Amino acid sequence: MSAGHVVSVKLYAAIFGTLLVLTLATAGAAFIDLGGSLNAILALLIAGAKALLVILFFMHVLYSSRLTWVFIGAGFFWLLILLALTLADVLSRGWLQAAVG
Amino acid sequence: MSDSNLAHAHQFDDAAQQHEASWLGMWIFLGTEIMFFGGMFLGYTVYRGDYPAAFADASNRLDITLGTINTAVLILSSFTMALAVRSAQLGARRPLIACLGLTMALGAVFLGIKFTEYYQKFVEHLVPGGGFGLSGPLAGAEQIFFSFYFAMTGMHALHMIIGLGLLTALIVKARRGRFSVAYNTPVEVIGLYWHFVDIVWIFLFPLLYLVGRHLQ
Repeated sequence: MSAGHVVSVKLYAAIFGTLLVLTLATAGAAFIDLGGSLNAILALLIAGAKALLVILFFMHVLYSSRLTWVFIGAGFFWLLILLALTLADVLSRGWLQAAVG
Repeated sequence: MSDSNLAHAHQFDDAAQQHEASWLGMWIFLGTEIMFFGGMFLGYTVYRGDYPAAFADASNRLDITLGTINTAVLILSSFTMALAVRSAQLGARRPLIACLGLTMALGAVFLGIKFTEYYQKFVEHLVPGGGFGLSGPLAGAEQIFFSFYFAMTGMHALHMIIGLGLLTALIVKARRGRFSVAYNTPVEVIGLYWHFVDIVWIFLFPLLYLVGRHLQ
Protein backbone atom coordinates (compact mmCIF):
# COMPACT_ATOMS: atom_id res chain seq x y z
CA MET A 1 0.00 0.00 0.00
CA SER A 2 1.28 3.42 -0.91
CA ALA A 3 -0.28 5.52 1.85
CA GLY A 4 2.26 7.10 4.05
CA HIS A 5 5.34 6.40 1.95
CA VAL A 6 6.97 9.80 1.54
CA VAL A 7 9.63 9.95 -1.17
CA SER A 8 12.50 12.41 -0.61
CA VAL A 9 12.75 15.56 -2.74
CA LYS A 10 16.29 14.48 -3.61
CA LEU A 11 15.08 11.23 -5.21
CA TYR A 12 12.29 13.02 -7.12
CA ALA A 13 14.84 15.55 -8.41
CA ALA A 14 17.21 12.74 -9.48
CA ILE A 15 14.36 11.05 -11.40
CA PHE A 16 13.42 14.37 -13.00
CA GLY A 17 17.05 14.98 -14.04
CA THR A 18 17.34 11.47 -15.51
CA LEU A 19 14.10 11.98 -17.48
CA LEU A 20 15.45 15.26 -18.92
CA VAL A 21 18.75 13.64 -19.92
CA LEU A 22 16.89 10.75 -21.59
CA THR A 23 14.67 13.23 -23.47
CA LEU A 24 17.71 15.06 -24.87
CA ALA A 25 19.40 11.71 -25.62
CA THR A 26 16.44 10.41 -27.63
CA ALA A 27 16.08 13.71 -29.55
CA GLY A 28 19.83 13.71 -30.32
CA ALA A 29 20.02 10.04 -31.26
CA ALA A 30 17.16 10.53 -33.74
CA PHE A 31 19.51 12.49 -36.05
CA ILE A 32 22.12 9.71 -36.21
CA ASP A 33 21.42 7.02 -38.82
CA LEU A 34 21.83 3.77 -36.90
CA GLY A 35 20.66 1.69 -39.86
CA GLY A 36 17.65 -0.59 -40.27
CA SER A 37 15.04 -0.24 -37.57
CA LEU A 38 17.60 0.44 -34.82
CA ASN A 39 16.54 4.11 -34.62
CA ALA A 40 12.94 3.10 -33.85
CA ILE A 41 14.03 0.40 -31.39
CA LEU A 42 16.34 2.78 -29.50
CA ALA A 43 13.64 5.50 -29.38
CA LEU A 44 11.10 3.03 -27.96
CA LEU A 45 13.60 1.60 -25.45
CA ILE A 46 14.34 5.11 -24.14
CA ALA A 47 10.60 5.92 -24.01
CA GLY A 48 10.01 2.65 -22.13
CA ALA A 49 12.76 3.47 -19.64
CA LYS A 50 11.29 6.94 -19.06
CA ALA A 51 7.80 5.49 -18.58
CA LEU A 52 9.16 2.93 -16.12
CA LEU A 53 10.86 5.67 -14.04
CA VAL A 54 7.61 7.69 -13.93
CA ILE A 55 5.55 4.61 -12.97
CA LEU A 56 7.92 3.29 -10.29
CA PHE A 57 8.85 6.57 -8.57
CA PHE A 58 6.46 9.43 -9.48
CA MET A 59 3.46 7.07 -9.32
CA HIS A 60 4.79 5.31 -6.18
CA VAL A 61 4.30 1.86 -7.68
CA LEU A 62 7.66 0.72 -6.28
CA TYR A 63 6.13 1.19 -2.80
CA SER A 64 2.71 -0.25 -3.67
CA SER A 65 0.99 -3.51 -2.82
CA ARG A 66 1.37 -6.66 -4.93
CA LEU A 67 -2.32 -6.25 -5.81
CA THR A 68 -1.51 -2.91 -7.47
CA TRP A 69 1.24 -4.60 -9.50
CA VAL A 70 -1.29 -7.22 -10.68
CA PHE A 71 -3.75 -4.48 -11.75
CA ILE A 72 -1.07 -2.59 -13.71
CA GLY A 73 0.34 -5.81 -15.16
CA ALA A 74 -3.15 -6.78 -16.36
CA GLY A 75 -3.51 -3.42 -18.14
CA PHE A 76 -0.21 -3.78 -19.99
CA PHE A 77 -0.85 -7.48 -20.68
CA TRP A 78 -4.07 -6.64 -22.53
CA LEU A 79 -2.19 -3.95 -24.47
CA LEU A 80 0.34 -6.63 -25.43
CA ILE A 81 -2.47 -8.91 -26.66
CA LEU A 82 -3.92 -6.04 -28.71
CA LEU A 83 -0.58 -5.25 -30.35
CA ALA A 84 0.83 -8.77 -30.72
CA LEU A 85 -2.24 -10.52 -32.15
CA THR A 86 -3.07 -7.68 -34.58
CA LEU A 87 0.50 -7.36 -35.81
CA ALA A 88 0.76 -11.15 -36.14
CA ASP A 89 -1.98 -10.83 -38.73
CA VAL A 90 -0.88 -7.61 -40.45
CA LEU A 91 2.85 -8.41 -40.65
CA SER A 92 2.31 -11.94 -41.98
CA ARG A 93 -0.03 -10.97 -44.86
CA GLY A 94 2.88 -10.50 -47.26
CA TRP A 95 4.08 -14.04 -46.58
CA LEU A 96 0.78 -15.50 -47.75
CA GLN A 97 0.82 -13.50 -51.01
CA ALA A 98 4.41 -14.57 -51.61
CA ALA A 99 3.49 -18.22 -51.12
CA VAL A 100 0.46 -18.00 -53.41
CA GLY A 101 2.61 -16.18 -55.98
CA MET B 1 -2.42 -0.15 8.81
CA SER B 2 -5.92 0.31 10.14
CA ASP B 3 -6.70 3.36 12.17
CA SER B 4 -10.32 3.46 13.26
CA ASN B 5 -9.96 7.06 14.43
CA LEU B 6 -9.77 8.36 10.86
CA ALA B 7 -12.95 9.33 9.03
CA HIS B 8 -14.14 6.89 6.39
CA ALA B 9 -17.37 6.14 4.52
CA HIS B 10 -19.62 3.55 6.20
CA GLN B 11 -19.08 0.82 3.57
CA PHE B 12 -15.37 0.57 4.46
CA ASP B 13 -13.82 -1.16 7.47
CA ASP B 14 -11.30 1.61 7.99
CA ALA B 15 -9.54 4.55 6.31
CA ALA B 16 -6.74 2.32 5.02
CA GLN B 17 -9.21 0.09 3.17
CA GLN B 18 -10.96 3.16 1.79
CA HIS B 19 -7.64 4.48 0.51
CA GLU B 20 -6.72 1.15 -1.10
CA ALA B 21 -10.13 1.06 -2.86
CA SER B 22 -9.63 4.55 -4.34
CA TRP B 23 -6.05 3.75 -5.31
CA LEU B 24 -6.97 0.50 -7.10
CA GLY B 25 -10.06 2.12 -8.66
CA MET B 26 -7.84 4.78 -10.23
CA TRP B 27 -5.50 2.10 -11.58
CA ILE B 28 -8.46 0.26 -13.16
CA PHE B 29 -9.46 3.52 -14.84
CA LEU B 30 -5.88 3.98 -16.07
CA GLY B 31 -6.03 0.40 -17.38
CA THR B 32 -8.98 1.42 -19.58
CA GLU B 33 -6.98 4.48 -20.63
CA ILE B 34 -4.09 2.22 -21.70
CA MET B 35 -6.61 0.39 -23.91
CA PHE B 36 -8.01 3.67 -25.25
CA PHE B 37 -4.67 5.12 -26.30
CA GLY B 38 -3.44 1.60 -27.19
CA GLY B 39 -5.93 1.41 -30.06
CA MET B 40 -4.51 4.59 -31.59
CA PHE B 41 -0.91 3.44 -31.05
CA LEU B 42 -1.84 0.17 -32.79
CA GLY B 43 -3.40 2.00 -35.76
CA TYR B 44 -0.32 4.20 -36.02
CA THR B 45 1.99 1.14 -35.97
CA VAL B 46 0.05 -0.68 -38.72
CA TYR B 47 0.00 2.33 -41.07
CA ARG B 48 3.61 3.25 -40.38
CA GLY B 49 4.48 -0.34 -41.36
CA ASP B 50 2.57 0.16 -44.62
CA TYR B 51 3.94 3.62 -45.47
CA PRO B 52 7.36 4.07 -43.76
CA ALA B 53 8.67 6.67 -46.26
CA ALA B 54 5.56 8.87 -46.07
CA PHE B 55 5.51 8.71 -42.26
CA ALA B 56 9.21 9.67 -42.10
CA ASP B 57 8.75 12.59 -44.51
CA ALA B 58 5.57 13.86 -42.82
CA SER B 59 7.15 13.52 -39.36
CA ASN B 60 10.05 15.75 -40.44
CA ARG B 61 7.52 18.53 -41.04
CA LEU B 62 6.80 18.71 -37.29
CA ASP B 63 8.76 21.20 -35.20
CA ILE B 64 11.24 19.08 -33.25
CA THR B 65 12.43 22.03 -31.11
CA LEU B 66 8.93 22.81 -29.86
CA GLY B 67 8.27 19.08 -29.40
CA THR B 68 11.39 18.61 -27.27
CA ILE B 69 10.67 21.73 -25.20
CA ASN B 70 7.09 20.51 -24.63
CA THR B 71 8.37 17.11 -23.50
CA ALA B 72 10.62 18.84 -20.95
CA VAL B 73 7.75 21.08 -19.80
CA LEU B 74 5.48 18.09 -19.25
CA ILE B 75 8.16 16.12 -17.36
CA LEU B 76 8.75 19.18 -15.17
CA SER B 77 4.99 19.34 -14.49
CA SER B 78 5.09 15.67 -13.42
CA PHE B 79 7.94 16.56 -11.05
CA THR B 80 5.92 19.41 -9.48
CA MET B 81 2.88 17.08 -9.27
CA ALA B 82 5.00 14.51 -7.41
CA LEU B 83 6.08 17.32 -5.03
CA ALA B 84 2.40 18.29 -4.59
CA VAL B 85 1.55 14.73 -3.50
CA ARG B 86 4.56 14.80 -1.14
CA SER B 87 3.37 18.12 0.37
CA ALA B 88 -0.12 16.67 0.83
CA GLN B 89 1.31 13.59 2.57
CA LEU B 90 3.23 15.86 4.96
CA GLY B 91 0.15 18.04 5.55
CA ALA B 92 1.94 21.14 4.22
CA ARG B 93 -0.93 23.21 2.88
CA ARG B 94 0.91 26.19 1.36
CA PRO B 95 3.54 24.12 -0.50
CA LEU B 96 0.69 21.87 -1.70
CA ILE B 97 -1.23 24.80 -3.20
CA ALA B 98 1.99 26.23 -4.69
CA CYS B 99 2.95 22.91 -6.31
CA LEU B 100 -0.56 22.36 -7.69
CA GLY B 101 -0.56 25.91 -9.11
CA LEU B 102 2.88 25.37 -10.66
CA THR B 103 1.70 22.09 -12.21
CA MET B 104 -1.31 23.89 -13.71
CA ALA B 105 0.89 26.69 -15.07
CA LEU B 106 3.23 24.17 -16.73
CA GLY B 107 0.22 22.29 -18.16
CA ALA B 108 -1.02 25.60 -19.61
CA VAL B 109 2.44 26.29 -21.13
CA PHE B 110 2.34 22.84 -22.75
CA LEU B 111 -1.11 23.52 -24.25
CA GLY B 112 0.04 26.99 -25.42
CA ILE B 113 3.02 25.49 -27.27
CA LYS B 114 0.73 22.77 -28.68
CA PHE B 115 -1.66 25.46 -29.90
CA THR B 116 1.24 27.27 -31.62
CA GLU B 117 2.19 24.04 -33.39
CA TYR B 118 -1.40 23.40 -34.49
CA TYR B 119 -1.57 26.97 -35.81
CA GLN B 120 1.62 26.44 -37.85
CA LYS B 121 0.19 23.22 -39.31
CA PHE B 122 -2.97 25.04 -40.41
CA VAL B 123 -0.89 27.84 -41.98
CA GLU B 124 1.27 25.27 -43.81
CA HIS B 125 -1.84 23.38 -45.04
CA LEU B 126 -0.78 20.17 -43.31
CA VAL B 127 -4.26 19.43 -41.95
CA PRO B 128 -5.80 16.36 -43.63
CA GLY B 129 -8.78 17.03 -45.87
CA GLY B 130 -9.65 19.04 -48.97
CA GLY B 131 -7.08 21.77 -48.43
CA PHE B 132 -4.13 19.46 -47.79
CA GLY B 133 -1.08 21.22 -49.23
CA LEU B 134 1.27 18.36 -50.09
CA SER B 135 1.16 16.62 -53.45
CA GLY B 136 3.05 13.77 -55.04
CA PRO B 137 2.99 10.01 -54.57
CA LEU B 138 3.35 10.17 -50.78
CA ALA B 139 0.62 12.78 -50.17
CA GLY B 140 -2.17 10.29 -49.48
CA ALA B 141 -0.21 8.43 -46.83
CA GLU B 142 1.07 11.71 -45.39
CA GLN B 143 -2.55 12.68 -44.75
CA ILE B 144 -2.85 9.44 -42.78
CA PHE B 145 0.17 10.45 -40.68
CA PHE B 146 -1.30 13.88 -39.96
CA SER B 147 -4.67 12.27 -39.14
CA PHE B 148 -2.91 10.20 -36.47
CA TYR B 149 -0.93 13.26 -35.36
CA PHE B 150 -4.04 15.36 -34.78
CA ALA B 151 -6.11 12.52 -33.31
CA MET B 152 -3.43 11.38 -30.84
CA THR B 153 -2.11 14.81 -29.77
CA GLY B 154 -5.71 16.08 -29.72
CA MET B 155 -6.89 13.33 -27.38
CA HIS B 156 -3.77 13.89 -25.30
CA ALA B 157 -4.49 17.64 -25.14
CA LEU B 158 -8.11 16.90 -24.12
CA HIS B 159 -6.75 14.79 -21.24
CA MET B 160 -4.51 17.71 -20.25
CA ILE B 161 -7.50 20.11 -20.25
CA ILE B 162 -9.47 17.67 -18.05
CA GLY B 163 -6.38 17.44 -15.83
CA LEU B 164 -6.34 21.24 -15.45
CA GLY B 165 -9.99 21.07 -14.32
CA LEU B 166 -9.16 18.39 -11.76
CA LEU B 167 -6.18 20.42 -10.47
CA THR B 168 -8.44 23.47 -10.11
CA ALA B 169 -10.80 21.41 -7.94
CA LEU B 170 -7.83 20.19 -5.85
CA ILE B 171 -6.60 23.75 -5.28
CA VAL B 172 -10.09 24.85 -4.15
CA LYS B 173 -10.26 21.90 -1.73
CA ALA B 174 -6.71 22.48 -0.51
CA ARG B 175 -7.45 26.15 0.20
CA ARG B 176 -10.44 25.03 2.30
CA GLY B 177 -8.10 22.80 4.27
CA ARG B 178 -9.73 19.51 3.21
CA PHE B 179 -6.43 17.61 3.02
CA SER B 180 -4.26 16.45 5.88
CA VAL B 181 -1.58 13.91 6.78
CA ALA B 182 -4.41 11.44 7.41
CA TYR B 183 -6.47 12.19 4.30
CA ASN B 184 -4.94 13.18 0.94
CA THR B 185 -6.25 10.46 -1.40
CA PRO B 186 -7.69 12.86 -4.03
CA VAL B 187 -4.31 14.56 -4.50
CA GLU B 188 -2.66 11.16 -4.82
CA VAL B 189 -5.05 9.65 -7.41
CA ILE B 190 -5.24 12.81 -9.54
CA GLY B 191 -1.44 12.75 -9.41
CA LEU B 192 -1.63 9.26 -10.93
CA TYR B 193 -3.82 10.61 -13.72
CA TRP B 194 -1.42 13.49 -14.43
CA HIS B 195 1.60 11.16 -14.56
CA PHE B 196 -0.30 8.80 -16.88
CA VAL B 197 -0.97 11.64 -19.33
CA ASP B 198 2.77 12.42 -19.12
CA ILE B 199 3.60 8.79 -20.02
CA VAL B 200 1.32 8.92 -23.08
CA TRP B 201 3.31 11.95 -24.28
CA ILE B 202 6.62 10.18 -23.55
CA PHE B 203 5.61 7.65 -26.25
CA LEU B 204 3.94 10.18 -28.59
CA PHE B 205 7.07 12.34 -28.77
CA PRO B 206 9.45 9.78 -30.40
CA LEU B 207 6.69 8.18 -32.53
CA LEU B 208 5.46 11.46 -34.01
CA TYR B 209 8.50 13.77 -33.97
CA LEU B 210 11.56 11.54 -34.28
CA VAL B 211 10.55 8.94 -36.91
CA GLY B 212 12.47 10.25 -39.90
CA ARG B 213 15.12 12.66 -38.60
CA HIS B 214 18.00 10.31 -39.46
CA LEU B 215 16.83 10.18 -43.09
CA GLN B 216 16.89 13.95 -43.63
